[in-house]
Amino acid sequence: MILALEYHRSPARFMAARGLTATRAGGKMSGMIAGNVSPMRLVNRHAPELPGEGWTRVTPRLSGICGSDLGMLTGRSSPYLSPMTSMPFVPGHEVVGETQDDVPGVPKGSRVVIDPVLSCAARGTTECRWCASGQQSRCDHITTGRISAGLQTGFCADTGGGWSRQFVAHVSQLHVVPDALSDERAVLAEPLACAVHSVRRVKVASGSTAVIIGAGTVGLLTLLALRQLTDVGAVYVVAKHGHQQEKAKALGATAIIEPRKAVRALRRVTTARMHSPERGDDFLLGGVDLAFECTGGAGGLDTALRLVQAGGTVVVSGMPSGNVDLTPLWYRELQLVGAYASGADGADFADAIRLAESAPLDGYVGTTYPLARWREALTHAADAGRLGTVKVAFDPAR
Amino acid sequence: MSRPGFVLDVDERTPPLLMHQGEGFRLERLPLGAKVIYPPDSLPGIRNVDAAIKHALLNPHGTDPLPELLTPGMRLTIVFDDLSLPLPPMQTPDVRQRIIEQVLEMAAAKGVDDVELIAGNALHRRMTPAELRRTVGDRVFQAFFPEHLKNHDAEDHDNLLHMGKTKHGEDVEINRRAAESDLIVYVNITLTAMSGGAKSVSVGLASYKSLKHHHNVHTLRHSNSFNDPPNSAMHHSYERMKGLIDEHVKVFTIETTLNNETFPSSMGFLNKREWEWNLRDQASYVAVKRANELLPAKTRRRIWQSTAAPYGVTGVHAGLQSEVHPITLGNVHRQQLTEVNGQSDVAIYGLPYICPYNVNSVMNPILVMSLGLGYFFNLYKNKPIVRQGGVAIFYHPVPNEFHPVHHPSYIDFFEEILTESTDPVLLETKYEEQFATDPWYIQLYRNSYAYHGVHPFYMWYWGAHALEHLGDVIFVGGNRKTTARMGFRSATTLADALEMAKDTVGSSPSITYQHNPPLTLADVR
Repeated sequence: MILALEYHRSPARFMAARGLTATRAGGKMSGMIAGNVSPMRLVNRHAPELPGEGWTRVTPRLSGICGSDLGMLTGRSSPYLSPMTSMPFVPGHEVVGETQDDVPGVPKGSRVVIDPVLSCAARGTTECRWCASGQQSRCDHITTGRISAGLQTGFCADTGGGWSRQFVAHVSQLHVVPDALSDERAVLAEPLACAVHSVRRVKVASGSTAVIIGAGTVGLLTLLALRQLTDVGAVYVVAKHGHQQEKAKALGATAIIEPRKAVRALRRVTTARMHSPERGDDFLLGGVDLAFECTGGAGGLDTALRLVQAGGTVVVSGMPSGNVDLTPLWYRELQLVGAYASGADGADFADAIRLAESAPLDGYVGTTYPLARWREALTHAADAGRLGTVKVAFDPAR
Repeated sequence: MSRPGFVLDVDERTPPLLMHQGEGFRLERLPLGAKVIYPPDSLPGIRNVDAAIKHALLNPHGTDPLPELLTPGMRLTIVFDDLSLPLPPMQTPDVRQRIIEQVLEMAAAKGVDDVELIAGNALHRRMTPAELRRTVGDRVFQAFFPEHLKNHDAEDHDNLLHMGKTKHGEDVEINRRAAESDLIVYVNITLTAMSGGAKSVSVGLASYKSLKHHHNVHTLRHSNSFNDPPNSAMHHSYERMKGLIDEHVKVFTIETTLNNETFPSSMGFLNKREWEWNLRDQASYVAVKRANELLPAKTRRRIWQSTAAPYGVTGVHAGLQSEVHPITLGNVHRQQLTEVNGQSDVAIYGLPYICPYNVNSVMNPILVMSLGLGYFFNLYKNKPIVRQGGVAIFYHPVPNEFHPVHHPSYIDFFEEILTESTDPVLLETKYEEQFATDPWYIQLYRNSYAYHGVHPFYMWYWGAHALEHLGDVIFVGGNRKTTARMGFRSATTLADALEMAKDTVGSSPSITYQHNPPLTLADVR
């Protein structure tokens, strides 16, 4: 038996969380709602069994709380994803852990981070066209094979997840962590790989201008990836909190902009023209070449669409929620690009580990919680920005 | 005979004194020994203004009478001061209307058909049709608007003419229509000593390329003060530009001056010395103040902005600017100048609800700074009323409010530029050009009703001399965040402000209050 946080099917709790966080007051208390209303519970359950050859048990050392986890717990995630999950499941897909079994190329006791996507190799199916081409995040077989449906570890009933004392992972998911890389940095490898992937989803022309909406984990790491992997010109970061602004500056942001000033400030630096519709927010004619939406909120995507110049690109990095006016997409002939998980047949992850070693990421994982303090952990994670934290993680062994 | 201005020494018998405080006012009891500068009593207005105008046009200084300058087939351009003058706006009919009507009648009698009227708004916002109508009157408006009654457009490069450079290398570029006219008739209101004269054409019809030669930090820091033209580097620059303009085009100037009747009779107490208030004035004060405080903010602003002053016209003089303007300045001094003995440690100013750039608009924090550290601080001849390193205390709430249509570049200036620095030189060097050439601001200036993108910089430079001179700036009742953003401090009461000023001027500072209303020009000896 292992201790684990388990997400179970409860439409009533899901709807209650969704309804409460949809209100203004509830939105401010989303952490508390995630911890107290959502269908989440701390349980002792059987450790997941190895599904077959090439699988190993993994003992998490640190397991991060992702924005998509919070979106799920507060009912803000889209029902679109429900077929790609199997209940009950143990969340947690940003994991640094230790393998408990020998698998080809990864001896028992290795410190690893996992690429959480449960693609054809893990499922034991014939390779779909995407997995065959090294783009496992697009796998078409995500609901079939020897394990239950689940787009990632942390959403699949059979694999368990990082918010527990043990889960199982396929060798295709494992990336061995260099000794020099601390657990606190290693646990950022997965979101960093996603950031690398989102930057690689678009062609970033030399000297082009970009805006990053949001300076949480995804936003900051996207900035890091943009600066390290491309020849981008000015990068403006829309950041809400003081510590985010400092971190964005340290990672090479050209300028930091408060959310309420985003349109005006970008108008000035891009010498665009600003217009105010009869209803709704201001927008630019002109603007930046690229926008990375890293908040996962409808407001962030709405802002991004209003800031990009005609023919420009908006990359949706955060798991989207809510409704957005797509008129700018149509009128300005924008490209809307999704960026899910990582890709490039593992190359994104390799680069992420390399960047995690060299980038100024000290202090990003500010606080860790034992599983038993899960409500506090979720409340902290939901308020991370305001509380001066980038990433909140569980330390399941405690 | 009006009584001259004087300096009051505050003693036990001195009543609380009136002060503007934005869209409000208050009575403030000043510390014993403080000095209060009052202007001369309001001068009597000319009884028959139309006759005075006619006399001025037919008996000009230094040139032939206007009718003799008008010939059939000529190009005549009448330029008039825009809505930034006078303050508050005057009750209709505006004296500009009266002058323009007579000029047009003379032009018509002489068979002049090619007549164009232009508001000399420089980089100010365009006047709306309603504002133009109010200024020139219905008859002129209906006859000339919109084809032949326009705002000057300093960004319409096809309709600007570069006349050359002064011996100091200053570009002189003005409105092409005016520059290529056979005669410019400039209709002016000189409210303060800085206005009128060489400034009229060289500024009112100029472009940014031309204006930047005198609207800059260096020039304004050497304009001590800009209400004292002989000691104003800015006016020296105007004069050089005027010299070049005079080589290209003949200018017939008509300058007018107004008395200090700033408020209508319902608020007559604002025009009187406090110890002379009768029972009615005291009752009016209480009633108006109370009503003003109870009004919703929008209504209060609308009422203040619709207040029109029953000014009397104290002088109308026409002819060559070089001969007319000294007379005009004499009239201004007669109304506003008061001799003051020596400087003090602390200067107090009550800032009103209006300045040249928020007519029918909002007094934003940058405009408050410009009004206080620019216009009011510079209401002196010879020396500022406060010593070098002294403290200026202003009364104004400094709300964080902006008019999004009129002042778009001000918002960006306040929100983004001032957060980096308040140093006028740094701002000028780093950002002025960017704001001045920003296509969006230019579009809004030309097609909407926005002040030019560079205008907030000019407002900041307007206070550059004061920023250099003063040791501290405190706003009584000022919003803490907005004053702090501008590098100033705020205090709740005068006592608090004086306590805060202790570090700079000690615990027993000498204090001078430059009384307003009405406008006073201190001649500090």
